[in-house]
Amino acid sequence: MKYTVRKFDAVIVGAGGAGLRAAIQLSEAGLKTAVISKVFPTRSHTVAAQGGVAASLGNSEEDHWHWHMYDTIKGSDWLGDQDAIEFMCRKANEVVVELEHYGMPFDRTDAGKIYQRPFGGHMSNFGEKPVRRSCAAADRTGHAMLHAMYQRNVKANTQFFVEWQALDLVRDAEGEVLGVTAMDMETGEIVVFHAKATIFATGGAGRIFYSSTNAFINTGDGLGMAARAGIPLEDLEFWQFHPTGVAGAGVLITEGVRGEGGILRNSQGERFMERYAPNAKDLASRDVVSRAMTTEINEGRGCGPHKDFVLLDITHLPPETIMKRLPGIHEIALQFAGVDALKEPIPVVPTAHYQMGGIPTNYHGQVVAPQGSSQNVAVPGFYAAGECACASVHGANRLGTNSLLDLLVFGKSAGESAVDQLKKSPKAHKELHQESIDKTLARLDRLDGQKDGASVHETRLTLQRTMQNHCGVFRFADKLKEGVQKILDVQKDVQRTEIKDKSKVFNTARIEALELDNLIEVAVATMISAEARKESRGAHVRDDAPDTPANPNGRDDKNWLKHTLWFKEGNRLDYKSVKLTPLTVESIALKTRAY
Amino acid sequence: MTTRNIQFKIYRYDPDKDAKPYMQDISVDIDATDRKLLDVMVKLKAKDDSIAFRRSCREGVCGSDALNINGKNGLACLTAIDSLPIDKPIVLRPLPGLPVIRDLIVDMTQFFKQYHSIKPYLINNDPPPERERLQSPEDREELNGLYECILCACCSTSCPSFWWNPDKFVGPAGLLAAYRFIADTRDQATSERLDDLDDPYRLFRCHTIMNCVDVCPKGLNPTKAIGKIKDMMVKRAI
Amino acid sequence: MNRIVVGAHYGLKDWLAQRVTAVVMALYTLLMIVAVPTVDGYEGWRALMSHGLIRFATFVFIISLCYHAWVGVRDIWMDYVKPTAVRLMLHVLTLLALVGYAGWAIQVIWRL
Repeated sequence: MKYTVRKFDAVIVGAGGAGLRAAIQLSEAGLKTAVISKVFPTRSHTVAAQGGVAASLGNSEEDHWHWHMYDTIKGSDWLGDQDAIEFMCRKANEVVVELEHYGMPFDRTDAGKIYQRPFGGHMSNFGEKPVRRSCAAADRTGHAMLHAMYQRNVKANTQFFVEWQALDLVRDAEGEVLGVTAMDMETGEIVVFHAKATIFATGGAGRIFYSSTNAFINTGDGLGMAARAGIPLEDLEFWQFHPTGVAGAGVLITEGVRGEGGILRNSQGERFMERYAPNAKDLASRDVVSRAMTTEINEGRGCGPHKDFVLLDITHLPPETIMKRLPGIHEIALQFAGVDALKEPIPVVPTAHYQMGGIPTNYHGQVVAPQGSSQNVAVPGFYAAGECACASVHGANRLGTNSLLDLLVFGKSAGESAVDQLKKSPKAHKELHQESIDKTLARLDRLDGQKDGASVHETRLTLQRTMQNHCGVFRFADKLKEGVQKILDVQKDVQRTEIKDKSKVFNTARIEALELDNLIEVAVATMISAEARKESRGAHVRDDAPDTPANPNGRDDKNWLKHTLWFKEGNRLDYKSVKLTPLTVESIALKTRAY
Repeated sequence: MTTRNIQFKIYRYDPDKDAKPYMQDISVDIDATDRKLLDVMVKLKAKDDSIAFRRSCREGVCGSDALNINGKNGLACLTAIDSLPIDKPIVLRPLPGLPVIRDLIVDMTQFFKQYHSIKPYLINNDPPPERERLQSPEDREELNGLYECILCACCSTSCPSFWWNPDKFVGPAGLLAAYRFIADTRDQATSERLDDLDDPYRLFRCHTIMNCVDVCPKGLNPTKAIGKIKDMMVKRAI
Repeated sequence: MNRIVVGAHYGLKDWLAQRVTAVVMALYTLLMIVAVPTVDGYEGWRALMSHGLIRFATFVFIISLCYHAWVGVRDIWMDYVKPTAVRLMLHVLTLLALVGYAGWAIQVIWRL
């Protein structure tokens, strides 16, 4: 198979929020940058974010980054790295204001400032009462943000490679990253993007679950590529189930609905969150709400003929508020649940939503991996930001609106770090590493030549069902053990997928098969990491780690206050310590989590 | 679970093997969980993996899966399967007026070229303040119905003026975006923007046919925005 | 070289002119709707059309009609005829025809 080589200072893989934010940094610094994306940039999944982006602007009431930091650490169930969390919360105002300057159409207060609404887990004065911290553009914040950043990139003349599928990381014998191999979907041409700095902003892999709020494209491509190149994946047992996905359809209903006053009710019409989170109620952290909903359903208080969902009620809100602040939700409820949210409650279920883990990075956006006795050694030339990365600011559970903040802050810092590397120590392109290119070509050849193989569609379905049944909102020791075996069986099928379509032109069957190669890495990492973590923390809750006085909520800080690292080779697990020391303030001490 | 069979006629063309395009007859069994056209298309693809189409968010915000469905442009993910007549096959074609790359996938270069031509970014040459630029809720309201565009191209590819002059007429999507920036009180390039559009082709090919309004899956109204641009030009000229 | 050039800066003027001439023609039509039922036979028509005001109104109407038609027909050529030379020729022919019609019509009015 033939390929060509193109040289750039930097290559960014992914043109969602994090990729576009990093690209602004590099383009405006005048560096020769290629942004590779498998979809047109404004089709990236950031576009689907709804509720807002967190920043302690204090536009409607007093707020402070230190409170935001506390909430984020508490939300993470203390698994988040406190240095990265302080960095993110302190940077929030700066990056949100920048975005406003780029032209983002935020909603406004009467004083003309950015409108802010309450959101789950965001409190004032270290957990006292809900605070208005989520900066919003109606319920289309992600859309407005992604378009504003794409537009800024148009202004900066960023060079995009649209509808190119990145295939593999090019990494030499010393471990330095030298770019990626990629395929032009339109022609099937293979190109090696040879770069001095490579930034991954490839998003999450929410499609490992059968029922997911995520787009078809969220297949964890960056994670698959990193894992194949020998880089560990961190904390993948932690998956967020969003409390409010439309029952049956999986489409997201923003937490902003509850921020604006929406209430969850069971079949008896009871506002059940009052029992689970007396203080924050419907605005408790997402893992808490999802578990409460699942418990209600499991105990027979679900709604509908099969008692398999609960109701999100906004009928008590003034119709003007709904049409002004939540117009998209009104539309989604009509389209996907067939209800007029002004008059009827919306049927919702917890739905897989966000991957807290990912490619391990520090708060500069540099990818780090253990080396010798050091736990966090930067991989030269390699950066990651956004959902594909694990800084780790979300720890065991992410707060709503912190994902958009994450991609702004770390997209920018990864971009800045790459600019620093390129400007401070300029050097020529290192020689390409033929072996890693050959691996890509072999993978493509295998797929094209496969006979009597497994169907991509069926294999993917089995993968998704396995993850859904064995690694859901509540986890069970025996189910996890069984799940590991099952997912390893699926992996064998993935290695022999077959496509009927062999065309070179826009072969979406081939792309789906290549995406499945990445999905399986994430699925295996998730199942194995989850099976191994014998405690309950944040979004990872096991039946054999119950709430006891010694381990409140099942959290076992003595043995499990550590990050998981999964290595593809031999499915090996390793652990590294959580950074409990922030940059300038005192550590937020471990505490039992209650809302 | 009850299933029923749905018939399709799908435009197929793979330049790698087909001399010319043809219509493929294909059918698939669907059940109650297949609510949208896109759900059914995914099933079709499981049956015949060579059918090529774009899709991503499946909730109408990414703008990937715009198609010509029974003769009318729309998003597959927002088209309820029950809204289509079942007594005859559902006809799927690529968006009209743009070159076909393969099957239902069109080359959108020309569409994006026009979008880029209107300078789709905020121009404000004042030094950026420390905090956000202020904007009253009323001024912000002006952007509603403009910024929500998802660039799916349903509108521009249903516009006869865009069919005849895709290289010179900005088209409804681009003009909607142009007005989004003209209407933004933070933007300082209003007169440059108006100058740029004062051209018999770029703006004035719009003959208010209003196909754009008819097909927009987000319920936006490009014709109204175009009318507002013309109003501003007139006000400026007299 | 096949560069697409736009920016001719006469879009607004013609668009506006087409609307203004349409209003003029509409007003003239209204005037005629009022005036014509009173007309009786050739002499009546002759008397009406030689009235100074009507003569002036008809003149303005014909000029408006021609300008309106010019913009409209030119737009059709612009949409459908791509080769510049052919299009220019069609533009010239259209102009000549419209000027001819206008001259002829004016001659008719003032010869009455």
